[in-house]
Amino acid sequence: MTRPRTLYEKIWDAHVVEQRPDGTCLIFIDRHLVHEVTSPQAFAGLRANGRTVRRPDLTLAVPDHNLPTTARKDARGNILPIADAESAAQLATLETNASEFGVRYIDAVAPEQGIVHVVGPEQGFSLPGTTIVCGDSHTACHGGIGALAFGIGTSEVEHVLATQTLLLQPAKTMEVRVEGAVGPGVTAKDIILHITGTIGAAGGTGHVIEYTGSAIRALSVEGRLTVSNMAIEGGARAGLIAPDEVTFAYLKDRPYAPKGAYWDAAVEYWKSLATDPGATYDKVVIIDAADIAPSVTWGTSPEDVVPITGVVPDPASFADPSKQAAAAKSLAYMGLEPGTRMQDVPVENIFIGSCTNSRIEDMRAAAAIVKGRKKAANVKWAIVVPGSGLVKAQAEAEGLDRIFTDAGLEWREPGCSACLAMNPDKVPAGERCASTSNRNFVGRQGPGSRTHLVSPAMAAAAAVTGKLTDVRELMA
Amino acid sequence: MTPIEKVEGRAIPFGLKNVDTDVIIPAHWLKTTTRDGMGKGAFETLRADPDNLFDSPQFKGAPILIAGDNFGCGSSREHAAWALGDLGIRVVIAPSYSDIFSGNAVKNGILPVVLPQAAIDRLMEVAQTDPVHVDLDTQTVTTPFQDRFAFEIDPFRKMCLLGGLDEISLTEKSAAAIGAYEQTLDADRPWLRPTATRT
Repeated sequence: MTRPRTLYEKIWDAHVVEQRPDGTCLIFIDRHLVHEVTSPQAFAGLRANGRTVRRPDLTLAVPDHNLPTTARKDARGNILPIADAESAAQLATLETNASEFGVRYIDAVAPEQGIVHVVGPEQGFSLPGTTIVCGDSHTACHGGIGALAFGIGTSEVEHVLATQTLLLQPAKTMEVRVEGAVGPGVTAKDIILHITGTIGAAGGTGHVIEYTGSAIRALSVEGRLTVSNMAIEGGARAGLIAPDEVTFAYLKDRPYAPKGAYWDAAVEYWKSLATDPGATYDKVVIIDAADIAPSVTWGTSPEDVVPITGVVPDPASFADPSKQAAAAKSLAYMGLEPGTRMQDVPVENIFIGSCTNSRIEDMRAAAAIVKGRKKAANVKWAIVVPGSGLVKAQAEAEGLDRIFTDAGLEWREPGCSACLAMNPDKVPAGERCASTSNRNFVGRQGPGSRTHLVSPAMAAAAAVTGKLTDVRELMA
Repeated sequence: MTPIEKVEGRAIPFGLKNVDTDVIIPAHWLKTTTRDGMGKGAFETLRADPDNLFDSPQFKGAPILIAGDNFGCGSSREHAAWALGDLGIRVVIAPSYSDIFSGNAVKNGILPVVLPQAAIDRLMEVAQTDPVHVDLDTQTVTTPFQDRFAFEIDPFRKMCLLGGLDEISLTEKSAAAIGAYEQTLDADRPWLRPTATRT
């Protein structure tokens, strides 16, 4: 009888091409997602060395980071130019490289265009049990459907383009088990913020985290993608959630998903991937779902999490002296005083979007709070950015766009938007943003920007009250 | 890639923990299609302060950077390694790194040395006034005051750094094994090949 294995070990074992004497393995990559920011130097490297893309059929390119989220066509349907010359050049380079190297490419005005991590699962290009890489740390997202997915640097992008493999050391395994039922107003985003606050920003370093337990099983695929997306904020290069009937129902009939007899064979294989009874993890963290409240960050690390009912912590309350220093620095940057109630913090900007929270369920959750209400007077800028053209079309079919615009929020075109200050969507210096993105780093949403990470429902609540708000107070 | 064996010089006593790659190189520097000139953007926010460490007379161009836990966390941007390299940094010394950053560093000829916090504290002290010596071959960090700290490094990474090796050329030697794997995959999991069909 074979040794019981975890989900991670099963996927790893199935992808070993060669094992070196020192334990390093050559791992086959099933899917390679490419965007405009981290790929130009990789394609240039191929060109300089006379190399080709080994498996263009396993590679999918889509622009997302640089694209403005304002209208892409004029009233006559002509494609509008991109004002920023550097962004325009980088986007054009992706298109040229995709064409020259024969890589599948979704262009900026295609109905399927969107954030690469929304597009992959939505197109059925990302599948359970596969290895997926992309030059972007939030590739961890695809772990939500049970794929071993992780971010890579540009040298590795070039390595995968040239060889369809990566040289890797096996990771350690960590189980984060969330048992029980979450309370009202508590979403997948609150679960992962709470986990990150519990394990710390480096808690998962060197590990792949498998999220288990009844609270995780109860999540939709959209919610699971949100949880796994932020595995990297806890230091883990990848997250994993075992594929199940919920996953299969989500993927069935997606454009690139297997069809007919192939679908049946695929499902049978995917069912064999769940962690075996008796398999062990290197580290286990157990969380009671009942302890999770709608959550919010106060500082400049995603581990700086408190319940919305909490207060800004006193740096002196941390045991670790380096954390005390970091917290004091964070509070100075954030312009917050210890002891301030989080619900008393006013916000001038609202961002609902990003690869963490821009899927249809996120749009619905935000719209449900905004419906029949108006944006608060002190909120200067509130944008809702669907994760893909298909999410946008679905939301519009459900009338969600009207709910947002009637309330005074802007409804935008898909892209990475205000998550990372690479396109025109930025938060002004010294101003706060209730943001559904994944990082509250110094300057992340623009130089001097102050980010509070929240769920879509919580961001919507802040939009209508003008301050960080316990969404439960607005729920019928 | 430039090989690396011994590095001696001033070490920037930076010391902060959870330094993310947005701090090392803000996103607006990523709108480029080359690897060059990133040093100008390295630690841009911190260097807006005229009294910053990086541009001070004693540390400008220093080849070693001392940092706190979880250095290089956040984004996968290899631009962080390019920026450090362009700034003249060949070695980072910290208690821990994000997994993606340490891989990116090695691929750009930058040695990520892992030492316990007590050793970091001592090096931070020495670095204020004196140089630090790093020897990859013997895996040691030494100071002019008889301090000697041994560090561990993955043998494959060590070989790549010492030899300045290009990983793609190494992997291409396994082309036959990759081809054989692809054939097995097509036989065992034929449904894996992505064919777009709409229903």
